[in-house]
This record gives sequence, C-alpha cells and structure tokens, in this order.
Amino acid sequence: MTQPLLEVRDLQTTFDLGRGVGIRAVDGVSFSIDPGETLAIVGESGSGKSVTSLSIMGLLPKGAGRITRGQILLRGRDLVPLPEREMRRIRGKDIGMIFQEPMTSLNPVHTLGHQISEVIIEHQGLTRAKAHERAVEMLALVGIPEPRKRADSYPHQMSGGMRQRAMIAMALSCQPSLLIADEPTTALDVTIQAQILELMKDLQKQLGMAIIFITHDLGVVAEVSDRVVVMYASQVVESGPVADIFERPQMPYTAGLLKSIPRLGSSAAHKRLDTIPGQVPMLSRLPAGCRFRPRCAHAHAACGLSEPPLTQTPGGREVRCLRWADLTLAEGIPA
Amino acid sequence: MNTLLQVTDLKKYFPIRGGILNRVVNNVQAVNSVTFDVRKGEVVGLVGESGSGKTTVGRTLLRLEEATSGSVNFGGTDILTLPKEEMRRFRKRMQIIFQDPYASLNPREKIRTVIGHALGQHGIGTAADREERSVRLLEQVGLSADYLDRFPHEFSGGQRQRIGIARALAVDPEFVVADEPVSALDVSIQAQVINLLDDLKDQFDLTMLFIAHDLAVVEHICDRVIVMYLGRIMEIAPAATLYSDPNHPYTQALLSAVPIPKPGRKRARVVLKGDIPSPINPPSGCVFRTRCPRAVADCAAVVPTLKNVGHDHLSACLLTT
Repeated sequence: MTQPLLEVRDLQTTFDLGRGVGIRAVDGVSFSIDPGETLAIVGESGSGKSVTSLSIMGLLPKGAGRITRGQILLRGRDLVPLPEREMRRIRGKDIGMIFQEPMTSLNPVHTLGHQISEVIIEHQGLTRAKAHERAVEMLALVGIPEPRKRADSYPHQMSGGMRQRAMIAMALSCQPSLLIADEPTTALDVTIQAQILELMKDLQKQLGMAIIFITHDLGVVAEVSDRVVVMYASQVVESGPVADIFERPQMPYTAGLLKSIPRLGSSAAHKRLDTIPGQVPMLSRLPAGCRFRPRCAHAHAACGLSEPPLTQTPGGREVRCLRWADLTLAEGIPA
Repeated sequence: MNTLLQVTDLKKYFPIRGGILNRVVNNVQAVNSVTFDVRKGEVVGLVGESGSGKTTVGRTLLRLEEATSGSVNFGGTDILTLPKEEMRRFRKRMQIIFQDPYASLNPREKIRTVIGHALGQHGIGTAADREERSVRLLEQVGLSADYLDRFPHEFSGGQRQRIGIARALAVDPEFVVADEPVSALDVSIQAQVINLLDDLKDQFDLTMLFIAHDLAVVEHICDRVIVMYLGRIMEIAPAATLYSDPNHPYTQALLSAVPIPKPGRKRARVVLKGDIPSPINPPSGCVFRTRCPRAVADCAAVVPTLKNVGHDHLSACLLTT
C-alpha cells in the first residue's frame, strides 16, 4: 500500500455560538485521498462539506470555528498543530484551492499577471520577470485566449468563466499535489461548466494532481470523481467507488438523494419525484441515535437508541447505517 | 387547447446612459422579437443561460418591467397598453413566484400578514374569510396553520418557498410565472417543491410559465419548452420532442452539457467554445453563430426566423430546411 497523499482522521470542527455553546460542524470525519485521485465530497447545505475543506486548508473563520479533535495528515505530516506561517507555505505550494466565487481569491486591484506572479515568487522564489513568464504560461494552460494580453487585465474585465479559469491558473501555478475545489462550477452556466470540467480533467491528466471536489451536484460527481464521500449532518454517512455508490447505495440517505433528482431524458413528465420527507436537522437539535432516522423510511426502533458507527463493507466501502445488510436500496437508474 | 397568453414581437431594451448630457449611448438588448403562446392549463418551460433574457420575459409579461415594444394578449386583453390602475386589478389573475423567497418576504411581517396583505390588496373577503383562507392555503402548500404567527427567518429555504407559493396562489390567479422557483433549494427539498407545484397546478387549475436553467427540472414539470439565447428564441417544442430530438444546434449543445448522474456513461458532448457574447452588442445575423459548431457565412447576414420543423415544433436556424 502506498501512503495516501492526504488522510483526514477523526476530524472534529466546532463553532462557538457563545455562552459556552458550540456546534460540531464537522463531527468525526475520516477519509483519505491517493495521489492523482479525484475524490468528491457530496452533501446538502449544512452537511459540513465546506467546513471540512476549510479545516484542511486552515482557513476557518478566526475566533469562530476551530478544530477540536483529529488529524489532517499531508504525506504523513499533521497540519492541525502548524502555525499560520507554516500553513501559508503549504497553501498554494502543496495544496491549491479554488472556490465557487472567483472573486474570493482574486484581488480586484491587481492585474492577473501580477497576482499569479506573486504566488510564484512567494513559493518558488523566481525573479519577477521569470514569474511573469510563468504566469502567462499558466494562463495559456487554462485556455485563456491571448494570455500575454490577458495577464495585464483586471479580474472585473473578464467573464465568470474566464475568471474561474484565471483562479485555476493561480491555484495550479506552483503545481500543488492536491487541489481542493469547493463548488467550482456551481455559479456557472451549464455550457461554461462543461468547459471548466473538461479543463480540470485535462489539467489533472497533464499535471497529475489529486482533486478533492466538493459539490452538491450528483451529476458533476458522477462525471468527475473516482470515489465519493457522502456527508449528512456533519458526518460521513457513506463512501466508496463512485460507480458502486450510484448503482447500489447502502445508506438510505444516499439512495433517497439519488432518487430525488430529476433526470434528463427520462421522459417522465409530471411523474412524481421520489422525495426525502422532512428536512436536514439543525446541528443544535440533533435527533437521538442515527441522525437521518426521522427522515428514513427504513428506520427501526434500534436506530433511535445509539448512533450507528461508520462500518466497513466489502469493496472498499463504508456506510453509517445499522440496517445496511438487511436493505436492498437498488437505485434503479434506467440504463 | 385555447390560447391564454399570446406574446408577439416582444422587445425589452435597457438603455445605457452616459456622457455629460446623460444621453442614451447604447442599449442592453435583453429581449428581442420574442413571439410565443401559452395555452390554457399548460406548463411552458422557458430555459436559457444567464443573459438569455428568460427572466426579463417573465417580468415584462407581468409588467414588472415595461416592454420597449410588442404586445402581450392575455385572455383577449392587450395588457401592455392597460392603464396602471387597471393593470393593478389585472394582477390578481397573474402572479409570480420568485427564486429567493427570503428576499421577497418582508422580514418584519408575520406569515399571517404576508398572505393577508395579498388578499386585502385585491379586496378579497372579510377579515374572517381571509384568516380562514390563509389557514387553508398554508395547508395546501404543506405547512401547518401554527406557522401563521411566525416570521420569515424562522423557516428553512424550502418552507419559505412554500410560503412564497401560498402568497402567489392566495388571490386564485389563472396564470403564474415561476422564476427559478427551485434553484436555490437543496436536492431533497427541490423534489418536494416540484411535486407540490405539480399538485397545485391541478388543484388551482393553473397555467404556468416555468423559468429555469435546470433542464432536467424543466423536462419533469413542463409540457412545452422554449429555449432562449441572448434575448432570442432558438427553439420551441413539446418537452418530449425537445429532449429526444432537439433541432437547434444550441439546444443540442445545451442538452449535451448537462452532467448526468450516471458514472461511466460516455456521451458525445458538444463543448461550446468561448463565452456568451454581450447583449449590448450581440452578433449580427444569428446571435448563436459565434459559438455554433455548424455556422456558415450566411449566418452572419440573416436573422433566422422560427420555422416549423415538426409537430408543434419550431426552430430558428438557417441550416434547418
């Protein structure tokens, strides 16, 4: 077995609500990713997927959220205890990041060329002229037309899709071994999303980095990832190879999610969609036992007694359900 | 089926002013020569990417924006020429559901007031009638009557959208414009609201214009679909036809770009090059030609009109014969 590139072990991230009250936005999350692999973390709002990624990058909002347990091992080295100065070295150099909204990482008052050069100078110590050349190369690599001219443009002079490309160029400028992409195509139109997904796949082939792809879109998950981690109410509830999870989900929540998406070309006009009743629980008022129990059609009395552990199941999978072995949750996608 | 709404040659330009005299220096051509009809009892989908003009069409129909030119005939009346006061009364028959129900609900008003206002505005019933009707509406959208005394922030996104729907339906409209009603919702909640809209359509005998960018959602809920690009209609077809046999190169590319939740499925994907051009200065001829994989020289010269390409199926492409 090779060493995983990144291993998250029993991560717990707590947000203080004041008066000694805290909520666990990430509660005992473990997963790992191998070099060159694409792992999708999927979940609905409030599932903890974005807080997981912020925890890994050391970008939790100061004074509000903090890691209260667990380890984040990058090639075996724990990032949790590292001071901010060290983390800053790791971000950009070892871990690149892209977000839903490019303007969160692009600075509106500097040209693209300047911003990307800064990152390269900081991490690789090139001269400004060399760094600028490299920035232009990166812009070309992500398919920005006329990269030399564009290097002198400001972010607001570009379209949403082009800004997303520029952000990817910046994130990849130091050839990180891991790219964390948090809903990178959610704000984009579908034809532009298709361009960006193709670009990310191409770049991964060329540069060989691993990608953690955080998304709520199961279509995107199916298209880009090798493995999937499904999160619900701050926990991992299922994980495994993408094809297996989509074909034979073992957790009723995953099965419910897959069934509730309208599918293109199903020619099922006005047919009722399957739904998951109710809504995601508030983290301050979690149900006893399994967190999905109040919405689960398969729940038994035992499900309310204790929280089910994340259980290893055959085929390199994990599921957090007491009844997984009794259930057949064939998702039934028409071929 | 009878036509309820006939939109003819609708145009909406937003002027851009500039210079020291604040003259109109240019226009955003948000909607250009848009013609379509909506038949009674039908759900028509209006799809397109950002800048396609789909939301502007919806807002112009209800006169939330004033059209630059064109006509909108609703049940025999050209509503674009109605005086303000008459239009206000007409609104009882045409309502809108917004994408972000939170932005469209007053945070200081209890739900009782939100729905009561809609009824009161149109002088429906006595106070007691309105109370009774509010309770029934909440139940119809799947919320309990206890919620009447709560404020918008006490609800989740899905519940707020249900309230937005209840408010729109309070005045018993014939026609509803639903502008991206489920796109801000989580997947599991989205399915609940889609089913609800489908049920309410029958219960309230509604005709609906469903504006959305999610093609799978539109296929699910709509009878016919209109595809827009850069302010113009590219294609109109019954939903089943559009998805199985799209005619326009843009529709084909759009459909092929949608990620399918089925791992390992390989599709022939048309990845369009470049960005959507600016609606301030749209391309001459066919507005899609700059990204069209099949464009020929003529496409720059002639604005294609919608042509019949099959049963109830129109497409605006020069190459279609």
